[in-house]
Amino acid sequence: MEGIAIRLRDLRKSFGETTAVAGVDLEIRDGEFFSMLGPSGSGKTTVLRMIAGFESPTGGTIELAGQDVTGLAPFERDVHTVFQDYALFPHMTVEQNVAYGLKVRKVPKSERLVRARTALAEVRLEGYGTRRPAQLSGGQRQRVALARALVGRPSVLLLDEPLGALDLKLREQMQVELKALQREVGITFVFVTHDQEEALTMSDRIAVFNQGRIEQIGTPAEVYERPATPFVASFVGTSNLLAGESAQRIVGTAGTYSIRPEKIRVLKDSAGTDEPDHESAAGTVAEVVYLGDSTRFLVDLDAGGQLTALQQNLETSAEDVAAYRGSRVLLQWHRRHTVHVPDPR
Amino acid sequence: MSLLNRTAGALYRRPRLRLSLLLTAPLLWLAVLYLGSLSVLFVSAFWTTNSFTSEVVKVWSTDNFHELFTVPVYRQVILRSIGVALSVTVLCAVIAFPLAFYTARVAKPSRRPLLVVAILTPLWASYLVKVYAWRLILSQGGLADWMLKPFGLSGPGFGLPAAVLTLTYLWLPYMVLPIHTALEQLPANLLDASADLGARAGRTFRSVVLPMVLPSVAAGSIFTFSLSLGDYITVQIVGGKTQLIGNLVYSNIELNLPMAAALGTVPVVVIVVYLLAMRRTGALSSL
Repeated sequence: MEGIAIRLRDLRKSFGETTAVAGVDLEIRDGEFFSMLGPSGSGKTTVLRMIAGFESPTGGTIELAGQDVTGLAPFERDVHTVFQDYALFPHMTVEQNVAYGLKVRKVPKSERLVRARTALAEVRLEGYGTRRPAQLSGGQRQRVALARALVGRPSVLLLDEPLGALDLKLREQMQVELKALQREVGITFVFVTHDQEEALTMSDRIAVFNQGRIEQIGTPAEVYERPATPFVASFVGTSNLLAGESAQRIVGTAGTYSIRPEKIRVLKDSAGTDEPDHESAAGTVAEVVYLGDSTRFLVDLDAGGQLTALQQNLETSAEDVAAYRGSRVLLQWHRRHTVHVPDPR
Repeated sequence: MSLLNRTAGALYRRPRLRLSLLLTAPLLWLAVLYLGSLSVLFVSAFWTTNSFTSEVVKVWSTDNFHELFTVPVYRQVILRSIGVALSVTVLCAVIAFPLAFYTARVAKPSRRPLLVVAILTPLWASYLVKVYAWRLILSQGGLADWMLKPFGLSGPGFGLPAAVLTLTYLWLPYMVLPIHTALEQLPANLLDASADLGARAGRTFRSVVLPMVLPSVAAGSIFTFSLSLGDYITVQIVGGKTQLIGNLVYSNIELNLPMAAALGTVPVVVIVVYLLAMRRTGALSSL
């Protein structure tokens, strides 16, 4: 039995002349890891801030667990937030930071202490309780912010680009930990990010935001494999669109099509083995980018337009792939990877 | 050109030489004029005077300090001066906090610079002009009397309360500014975070805003406290017969210079103690 944790109906927000959120309808299920993905300025953070109660919407409603909270203050909502820059109280120790929410809700001191320590243990920060936020590294502050938001066991945890300030290694590590933590505590996570890889690896479902609207809602596989709009196709993963004349000549029908780079095989010469159910397109390699584990080929198609193909470096190394530059190739992919992308409304 | 370049290059490669060239003059100023005069003050406090000729007798003695602590008048005046400085500081803090809260967080951001300028304008006027203005306000039948008359009250007249009031007015900007800066720099998301964790406005104010702004209040209090403790003109103009340390120093300078010096060391010592106390609040790093 799955309930609805958050329901947004036609949510809108304008700041003066600018429209930040232009009508968002969304249902987030209980216990879900839900990501709001989009470029900066797409309205995802504003939606998050409206769910938390920091901004009041210009129009529409917000329901938490079936209850309309649109007009309620942040402290009246059973929602906690992990802020982008953590927003730890600098004048309090780590333990006081974590226990703050409990203290405000008048939990007795002894219980407060036990729960704060447990929460710190959950994020692997035992023994750091007496330090000040300034004495911690970025990753540790991140964990304190998490513990502080989780200790009160809210029904929903909002995370506003919480990993944005961390370096790559730490970010990848935190992605795994965050996902594990979410499974452990079973709380609904709403995760705002502009990093499509982050959204794909962590989420149960993703909403892709663009210009204050949701372009697509779906599982990572759906969003990646079946982009609903050209924007989603280009924002999630590498932009690889066939349109107009070239689409007509390669696919056979007009329209916009997306083919993911890793689905495309690069064949050395245009002799072309005709495989059944495969599309193929001849072209000239314009650029070769060696990425270590793989190589990216940018190919100018004879039919017009350009496609990017990604090949694992199974046998090849940097010198081998460099030799491809300027040579004639045949691109080939299975027909089912040609995804028709509906044009925007 | 090349000589200039070579000189610049030589200086660039010798950071110590550069530093000493830059700092020699100001350090001389500090050492000779500032610390020098302080030590002269301190040393002469241990001399005495010939009571007939009022000439300074350079004989080592602690009589002046002994007198300072045993003669009731001196003790009273010292305590009164510290009391005035403390009351002015507390009054300034109480008035400055809401004022700074308004200028830093409530007023429209576009108006804030103008409000800060408005708070600073009194500092452009001469000290004496402002104190005499207060003398007019507080004089018998003056503005204070006239305004309080409908309530069946009268102004405080000249005396200790008038001196405290005038000093509070004089030093208020020094308290408003640091608090304004601290409130302005208070990250908005800390307030969001507090509300997010369940705190209402009052709680957020007590647990987040106040403790984070307190060092700045302490910083402002360093100004208001030391300026009040050293003042002796205001109290002469609006204080009636009230005597503060400064007045005693002033009246002793002609007749008994060593006694004046001994009296003068009192505020210095008090302020050093005050600074040490304030350092513990982190005030010195938020000046």
